[in-house]
Amino acid sequence: MKQDETLAEHLQGQGISRRGFLKFCAATASMLALSPGMAGAIADALGKARRPSVIWLSFQECTGCTESLTRSHNPSVESLILSAISLDYHHTLQAASGTAAEEAREQAMHDNKGEYLLVVDGSIPTGAGGGYSTIAGISNLQMLEETAKDAAAIISVGTCAAFGGIPYANPNPTGARSVMDLIHDKPIVNVPGCPPIPIVITGVLSHYLTFGSLPELDNLNRPLSFFGDTIHDRCYRRPFYDQGKFAKTFDDEGARNGWCLYELGCKGPTTHNACATAKWNNGVSFPIESGHGCIGCSEPNFWDAGSFYQAISSSPEDLSRAATGAIIAGAAAGAGVGLYNKYKQSRAKDKHYTVTTKDMEDS
Amino acid sequence: MSSLELLTWARGPALQAALVIFIIGMLIRVLEILLLGRKTDLTRARAGQMGPGLRTIFSRSLPVSGTWKQHLSGYLWHIGFIVVLLFYAPHIQLFKQGFNIAWPALPTSLIDIITIVTMAALVFSLSLRFTDPVRRMLSTVGDYFSWLVTFLPVATGYMAFHNVGPDYTLVLALHIMSVNLLLVVFPFTKLSHAITFLFSRWYNGANAGRKGVRV
Ligand code: SF4
Ligand code: SF4
Repeated sequence: MKQDETLAEHLQGQGISRRGFLKFCAATASMLALSPGMAGAIADALGKARRPSVIWLSFQECTGCTESLTRSHNPSVESLILSAISLDYHHTLQAASGTAAEEAREQAMHDNKGEYLLVVDGSIPTGAGGGYSTIAGISNLQMLEETAKDAAAIISVGTCAAFGGIPYANPNPTGARSVMDLIHDKPIVNVPGCPPIPIVITGVLSHYLTFGSLPELDNLNRPLSFFGDTIHDRCYRRPFYDQGKFAKTFDDEGARNGWCLYELGCKGPTTHNACATAKWNNGVSFPIESGHGCIGCSEPNFWDAGSFYQAISSSPEDLSRAATGAIIAGAAAGAGVGLYNKYKQSRAKDKHYTVTTKDMEDS
Repeated sequence: MSSLELLTWARGPALQAALVIFIIGMLIRVLEILLLGRKTDLTRARAGQMGPGLRTIFSRSLPVSGTWKQHLSGYLWHIGFIVVLLFYAPHIQLFKQGFNIAWPALPTSLIDIITIVTMAALVFSLSLRFTDPVRRMLSTVGDYFSWLVTFLPVATGYMAFHNVGPDYTLVLALHIMSVNLLLVVFPFTKLSHAITFLFSRWYNGANAGRKGVRV
């Protein structure tokens, strides 16, 4: 795509029809919880938009987030947006390597100073002076700070970049931190998920391209239009939850009847994400529809929240061991206190002497 | 701290600690009473004490004429509280995963109604304390505090189930925190009567029985 081409022109060149493009705009409007009338405005704005420069930095991650974005079907909204932006630097997707790759980043930073979007996936190791992960001899922390400095905004893609994710899980040997922990002077949007839903990534990008601003965010910096509701709020198994009908194992009658997966550890009630509405694999289904409970992947610290198969109302700690210990300690302490009281009682008795009327008359 | 972190802490280490304090506290209270013992009664017993003692444990729970209002509200919330605690499916999960024991749950809609009745009865009990001059005079700060720590788990649980309030995760965390608070203060307030009532009633009944008083 040529630098000065508009998105509409570029898409036409790619063989994407006007109809396909409008469909994408309508889908984006609805996903962003905008009124259907806004689809036209999005189409207008996107059509005229010049492709913005995007620098994508990958730190401590598993590439699942990039996989999520690219594992979409053609012609998909994702690939459409991917070709619409100028992805000037992306470890996994770019052809260049070595010095050339680093030069591309510096070039993009220089040419689009103050205007480029910075996308980050993966958490940033801060232990050992940043030595746990380096790219071209630069530590992740350094690269983030350097690139964030002139960015217009930062999009943290995936739970690792947004909240620390699995590298941050106890005991966090690399001192992993989230982008939000380290950068405080830039607008940051978190698009958590392990991995995040592709349309949420593209939705945020589209919003930025259309309105020149970031969408409305919740208290964890997640776009409200995608993370405003919990999985449980939108779950099609919810009527069974309300009736108290729960699957007890993954293959019992309840499971076959599609009952609620709460007792099998579903974290839907405490998880804010759009899986139940946006779904996965091009809208085929989402985990709960495939019979597995939500593991809460878009929430901070979900790796440390106990087993995926434990109901939210149960405790991740070993309660029976704690109770046994407490019974032994309590019995010992109770016996101790009881015997001490008895001792006090008998001492009081010993000190007690009987006063007769004669004693009183004498005194 | 996000609400999920608070929830993880509340249902994890905090619950564990609260449970330990509850068990140790209750055992100290009970053993303290039992080990002190009583002076041997040298009088000749006129009748047995075991029967009247055991009978009194139950008979003292029976309504007395003229006090049906507080008896009814007392029954309603005590029974409601225990039924919701033991027969709501998510609660059973706690027992199942914590102690490997489980039993069938009651339908959620029934639990819902029982919870409302429990809250109403608790509020009524409190209003009696406020309106009845004798009771108002006898009530201490401790009594109101005991009421509050009993009411909070029920109210927050109801809110969590119905998604009342800003954020389910936060309300659920507050619910579990209120349970933790109840567990921690239980042995050290009048709430410990949940166990000690057995001894005091038995003792009174047995004493009366020994003296030949019919109970
Ligand atoms: S399956 Fe999970 S999200 Fe769906 S109703 Fe049950 S608990 Fe809620
Ligand atoms: S259902 Fe839950 S765990 Fe699964 S992807 Fe969605 S938010 Fe993550």
